[in-house]
Amino acid sequence: MTTESHDAKEEPGALPDDAPPIAYRLKSRPRELAEIILPPFVVGIGFIALWYLISYGLLEEGRRFLLHPPHEVWQVGFADWDNFSEILESLWSSTKVAMTGLVISIILGFFLATIMSQAKMLERGIFPFMVMLQAIPILAIVPLISFWFGTGQNSRILVCIIISLFPIIVNTLFGLQSAEKGTHDLFTLHGASRMTRLRKLMFPAAMPAIFAGLRISAGLSVIGAIVGDFFFGKGKPGIGQQLKQYAAQLQGEELLAAVIMSSALGVSVFLLFGWIQTLAIGRWHDSGSAGS
Amino acid sequence: MAESEIATKALEFNGIGMVFPDGTEALNNVSFTVDRGEFVTVVGPSGCGKSTLLKIASGLLENTSGSVSVDRERIGYVFQDATLLHWRTVLRNVELFGELHDIPKAERRKLALEAIELVGLSGFENHYPKSLSGGMKMRASLARTLTLRPPVFLFDEPFGAVDEITREHLNEETQQLFQREGFAGLFITHSISEAVFMSTRVLVMSNRPGRIVAEFDVPFEYPRSPDLRFDPEFARLSGEVSHALRGSH
Repeated sequence: MTTESHDAKEEPGALPDDAPPIAYRLKSRPRELAEIILPPFVVGIGFIALWYLISYGLLEEGRRFLLHPPHEVWQVGFADWDNFSEILESLWSSTKVAMTGLVISIILGFFLATIMSQAKMLERGIFPFMVMLQAIPILAIVPLISFWFGTGQNSRILVCIIISLFPIIVNTLFGLQSAEKGTHDLFTLHGASRMTRLRKLMFPAAMPAIFAGLRISAGLSVIGAIVGDFFFGKGKPGIGQQLKQYAAQLQGEELLAAVIMSSALGVSVFLLFGWIQTLAIGRWHDSGSAGS
Repeated sequence: MAESEIATKALEFNGIGMVFPDGTEALNNVSFTVDRGEFVTVVGPSGCGKSTLLKIASGLLENTSGSVSVDRERIGYVFQDATLLHWRTVLRNVELFGELHDIPKAERRKLALEAIELVGLSGFENHYPKSLSGGMKMRASLARTLTLRPPVFLFDEPFGAVDEITREHLNEETQQLFQREGFAGLFITHSISEAVFMSTRVLVMSNRPGRIVAEFDVPFEYPRSPDLRFDPEFARLSGEVSHALRGSH
C-alpha cells in the first residue's frame, strides 16, 4: 500500500485528480470509519466510567449532589422536557447574542485588517491597540461595560465582540499579506488597481487564514455570550444566567446538562464554520477538507 | 537613428547600471538590443544580476543609471515560478491577464482556450494548480502570458525547476512558439545547452556587477530538432560559450 501511494506521488502529472489522494482511497471504507470513530468512543466510555467512579466511589451519599451520576443528569437535565426546554430556550437566546457579536466582529475585523493591509503605517498605528484590547481580562472590563451601557443585550454583545474580534483581525491581516511576491509582481506588471489587487489577489489568497480565524472566533463568541450573560442579567436571560441560577439552587443535574449543552453549542459552531470552509475553498486548498 | 532601425528594435538597454539601496552593485554599463524576431539568451553565474535585468526591462525595478526603451503596454514576462493563483482553475488562471487588461469576457475566454491548446494543456482547463506537475504549471504560466500576444517576451529561468526531460520538451515548445509568434525574446538561464539550443544570439554575463563580456551568434536554422544538441557544431559553440563563462569569473 505504501509503495502504491509513493508511485502516485512521483508522477503528479499523470494524476488528474480532484479526488482525494490515492493513499486515502486505498483504505477500505468501514476500516477508515472505525479508525476515525473508535478512539474518541473509547475515551468517551472511559470518561463516563470515571464519572460513575467519582459519583459512587468517592462521594458519600449525602454529598452526591456535588456530582450526580450520568444517568441522573440525563433523566433530569435532558429527558425531562420542562427542564431541557428551559435550557434550550436560554441557549438559543445566547446563540443569538453570540452570532450577532460574531457578525459585527467579522465586519469590523475585515474592515480593520483591510485598512491595515493597505499601508504599513496604518498597521503600525492600529495593531498595538488591538493587542491591548485583546489583553484586557474580560472580567476587568465588565464593570465598566455595565457602567456605560447597562446590563442589557447590548452589553452582552459587546463582550462577544471584544473577545472574538482579535483572531479575525490577526488572521485576516496575515492572510492578506500572504500572497506570494511573484503574484504581486504580476499584478503590478499589468497595471492592476488597488481594488483589483485586493479583490482578485489578496482576498482570495487570504481565505484559508480567514477561515482559520473565523473558526477560532466563532468558538470565542459563544464563550463571550455566556460570560457576558453571566454578568448582565437584564432582558432575556441566556445560558449564563441559567447556569448561575442552577448553581445557586443546587440543581446539579440541570447545571451539568446546561454545561454540556453550552459546550455542544461551541462545538457545533466550530463544525459549522469548518463545513463552510470546505464548501468555500476545499476545491483548491488542502486544509479545507482536513477540517473538523 | 534611421526609422527602419527604430521599427525593428523591440527592446534596448543603454548603459544600464543598477546599485541597490544597500550598496550592492548588480549591473554595470549593460548595453544591447533585442530586435523583433530575435531570441536572445543571457547566460551567467547565479547572482550575477541576470534577473535584475528583466525586472528593469519590465519596469518592476528602476535602474539607477542608463536607459531602457521598450513598449511596456503588453510585455510578456514569465517568472522562475509559475506564480499561478491557487484558487483559480487553469482556464481562469490563463484568463487573468485578459481580465487585468479589460478584454471582454468572450474574447479573453477564446484567447485563453487557444493559448491552453498551444501549450498542450487541453483537457486540464478545469484543474486546480495543486493537481498539476511542475512542468504543467509552467505551461499554464506560459499560456497565461501568450494570451496577451506580447511583442516582447521576457523569460526568467522559467525551466530551472523542472526535470531534464520536461525541460527539453519545454525548450522545444518555446522555440516553436517563438517561430509562430515572432516576438522578441529575452531569455535568462544558466544552462548553456538551453541557451544555444533556443537562441539566435547568446550573451555571456560576468559575475556581479554584471556586464556583458561575450556575444555569440547562433547560426542554426529553425525549427531545431532535439538532436541538434549532439551536432559537433553545437558542441563547439557550447564549448566557446562555456569558455567565455569561465573566463568571466
